[in-house]
Amino acid sequence: MSELGYYPGCSLSGGGIELDLSVRALAERAGLGLREIEDWNCCGASVAHAVNHELAVALPYRTLALAAGQGFDEVLAPCAACFSRLKGTAVRLGRDPALVARMADVTGRQYSRPVRVLNVIEFVDRLLSNYDLAAKLGHPLAGLKVAPYYGCLLSRGEGIVADDPEQPSAMVRAIHAAGAEPVEWNFATECCGAGFSLSKTEAVIGLGDAILSAAAEAGAEAILTGCPMCHSNLDMRQQTINAAGRGPHRMPVLYLTELLGLAAGLAPETLGLNRHFTDATGIRAGRS
Amino acid sequence: MARVGVFICHCGENIARTVDCEAVAAAAAGMAGVAHAVDYKYMCSDPGQGLIRSAIETHRLSGVVVAACSPRMHETTFRRAAAAAGLNPYLLEMANIREHCSWVHEDRTAATAKAIDLVRMMVEKVRRNTPLQPIEVPVEPTALVVGGGIAGIQAALDIANAGKKVILVEKSPSLGGHMARLSETFPTLDCSQCILTPRMVEAANHPNIALKTYTEVESVDGFVGNFSVTLRAKARYVDLDACTGCGACTQKCPSRKIPNEFDANLGTRTAIYTPFPQAVPNKPVIDAEHCTRLTRGGCGVCQKVCPRDAIRFDDQDRLETVSVGAIVVATGYKLWDHSALGEYGGGRLADVIDGFAFERLASASGPTGGRILRPSDGAEPKTVAFIQCCGSRDERHLSYCSKICCMYTAKHAMLYRHKVHDGRAVVFYMDVRAGGKGYDEFVRRAIEADGAEYVRGRVSRVYRRGDGKLVVRGADTLAGTPLTIEADMVVLADAVTPQADATDLAQRLGIGYDEHGFYSEAHPKLRPVETATAGVLLAGACQGPKDIPETVAQASAAAAKVLGLFAHPQLQREPTVARVNEATCVHCRACIAACPYRAIDDREIRTRAGELLRTVSAVNEGLCQGCGTCVAVCRSNSLDIAGFTDEQVMAQIKAICDF
Repeated sequence: MSELGYYPGCSLSGGGIELDLSVRALAERAGLGLREIEDWNCCGASVAHAVNHELAVALPYRTLALAAGQGFDEVLAPCAACFSRLKGTAVRLGRDPALVARMADVTGRQYSRPVRVLNVIEFVDRLLSNYDLAAKLGHPLAGLKVAPYYGCLLSRGEGIVADDPEQPSAMVRAIHAAGAEPVEWNFATECCGAGFSLSKTEAVIGLGDAILSAAAEAGAEAILTGCPMCHSNLDMRQQTINAAGRGPHRMPVLYLTELLGLAAGLAPETLGLNRHFTDATGIRAGRS
Repeated sequence: MARVGVFICHCGENIARTVDCEAVAAAAAGMAGVAHAVDYKYMCSDPGQGLIRSAIETHRLSGVVVAACSPRMHETTFRRAAAAAGLNPYLLEMANIREHCSWVHEDRTAATAKAIDLVRMMVEKVRRNTPLQPIEVPVEPTALVVGGGIAGIQAALDIANAGKKVILVEKSPSLGGHMARLSETFPTLDCSQCILTPRMVEAANHPNIALKTYTEVESVDGFVGNFSVTLRAKARYVDLDACTGCGACTQKCPSRKIPNEFDANLGTRTAIYTPFPQAVPNKPVIDAEHCTRLTRGGCGVCQKVCPRDAIRFDDQDRLETVSVGAIVVATGYKLWDHSALGEYGGGRLADVIDGFAFERLASASGPTGGRILRPSDGAEPKTVAFIQCCGSRDERHLSYCSKICCMYTAKHAMLYRHKVHDGRAVVFYMDVRAGGKGYDEFVRRAIEADGAEYVRGRVSRVYRRGDGKLVVRGADTLAGTPLTIEADMVVLADAVTPQADATDLAQRLGIGYDEHGFYSEAHPKLRPVETATAGVLLAGACQGPKDIPETVAQASAAAAKVLGLFAHPQLQREPTVARVNEATCVHCRACIAACPYRAIDDREIRTRAGELLRTVSAVNEGLCQGCGTCVAVCRSNSLDIAGFTDEQVMAQIKAICDF
């Protein structure tokens, strides 16, 4: 069984645990092994690059150097923020040999060979193309209307995301594979508020309400995401948004891997669907 | 025995500040073959040139070196002085001790030594120079003007009015170009049709202008004064001589749903159509792609109703070759396709339109009869957002400023407010660039008298809400706040770009173009209408974004260049062209393949009886630009550029290496 390097980051054992559960379950179902990078460290997320640019590169560099040393050509970073930091650093290292040398000096580790970083959408596409996931999607979510929501980290960054940053479409293939139907909507790349969830919750209430409303207006029955921050702002904060007099919304927010997992016949509990703040257990295969 | 005179110029302080000119003159006096050496404060002045003239006579000089500025600056000046004194001008050379020496160095001792080296090199070259005679080329006094927009019409009329013949070629079925599509023109708001259509008619009826519409340039051969151009007259399926333009065919044509490109696809037209009511020639053409008869057979209604029997379903493209002495390229521009702007809907929102669509909405002859009605539902928009710099000045797309958009957006806002009194016109801009006579006043008028709301800031998103409103989100960077407005229609000021086939035509014409596809002028300041290919001139927006006044000015300038060329029956060209040594040429044809100007051809050497002895390469002196590419590739060392022979250049190199 072939193996992919796995970088869970912090959120996949906490707020984003459903992403971890569904990614692992889906990989297993498709026959792809995931091996966690030994001794991985924090990616720096949205904090490091606001404080110290060198640190913001050094942190992902160390993880990439470890992955290279442990023999990985490719690393999956399911969290969109981890992906953006790791891939952004890998791209910069590929373009700037002097940076590689400086980082080797700073961290005391050699980045011996280039490592490709995959995000969760690319991971699902990989399972569909190179593994037999497509053949195992025996429980299509026929006719389920979903709003593909990319936010910023899965749509932006020159050299990091290959999609059109203004009109991304990377999730569409996986949505069709699951038997669901993407809706046309205006807020696929709208800001969810990201880290302001904690420091400026009122901003997230306004932003989240706009996204949830737009999805509902477009006829979506669920929002699809690949980012734990988007997920917590739209799922966990949905109650806060409703409590603030908005909505009321009752919009399930699913990770892309949860949708594919359902289509593959995996139990909602295995995927973590029972752990959502906004009930998502109504989304199930063969319901129509 | 060479008798070279060396003249060292101080250029005021420009050279003398860093170079000891007296020392250079003294050193030159001691060089082999130098008969006379002198320095002077301003060699280009009349007394300075007098020094050269009298020295040529007094010292019986066989060659002259002027050590001064760049030959680009004054070579012609000094060569003319030498010629006046009876010396072949090609026996005078310049050593550049200003741009190549005094201006770029600070150390006086080293700079002086370098100036001496530069002089020595030129002395060695001049000792080997031979007299050259300018090449005389006959001129065919007929001009080809490519493009029938305002630039081409203006150039053609100017040339024709001066008594010279013009062939005016336009690829679409009518003259007029983009200007015919405009409603009113800035900064005076005069009606575009009213000022343009009389010119179109004048061009069509001018005895010196042969108008060829629906015709494209197929290929170009030859050289300045003697171009041979093949034109492709596209099948029109209507006999222009028989047709009276009565319109019976266009009224009866059953294929009526074809998007009308003249109206920016806002309206429809028939398959046999006249592009617009004032078209010249005012006769229809059949769109072969959409005509039922031509695509599937049957129909033929137009043929049945034509009272003049002018429909020719069997019409074919026709090739014709014409001889012309000069070519004016006036092929214009197109608007950039904003489908790359996903943030503004990527071309999928019907009510997000480009500038031409707005022009057609505002035009009395347009699809709405001049009423501003939005495309999606025909309602009158009560708020219109105008977004400038779409594609232009954007590192993701095009780096340059499209120059005309600030003005036409101000005009659009103004026209909208004139037509919809209770409407809001909101203009998002980066800077307002209104540099032109009366231009800034025009923009002020749009704001102050006509109430256009100008917001400095970019728009980040345009999307269509469920109720049909277009939500326009951006920033007001003067107020420092985000800004969202609800609009009924959005007009994007899309960038001005070259025509889709611009580079293809450039290659056929043998002219240069920049990274965007705009045609390159020979010099951005001093030769703005000429190309690097002699005899091919530029007019209008094919060279870069331009408004109407500037286009017309450039077209007249191009016409003046053509008339200057046609003023003499013969053309004199610099004799610094490639020459083949036929005795050593082995005819490997490497030079023929390498020549970028297609100036080298085979030449058969025959006996008097006509028996073929051998074939060699031969340079067409009219075409050769003296670039030297052929010299570099010649395997048998049989090619040289007159005035820059291997011997001369090697002597220059030796002069610095040996010393």
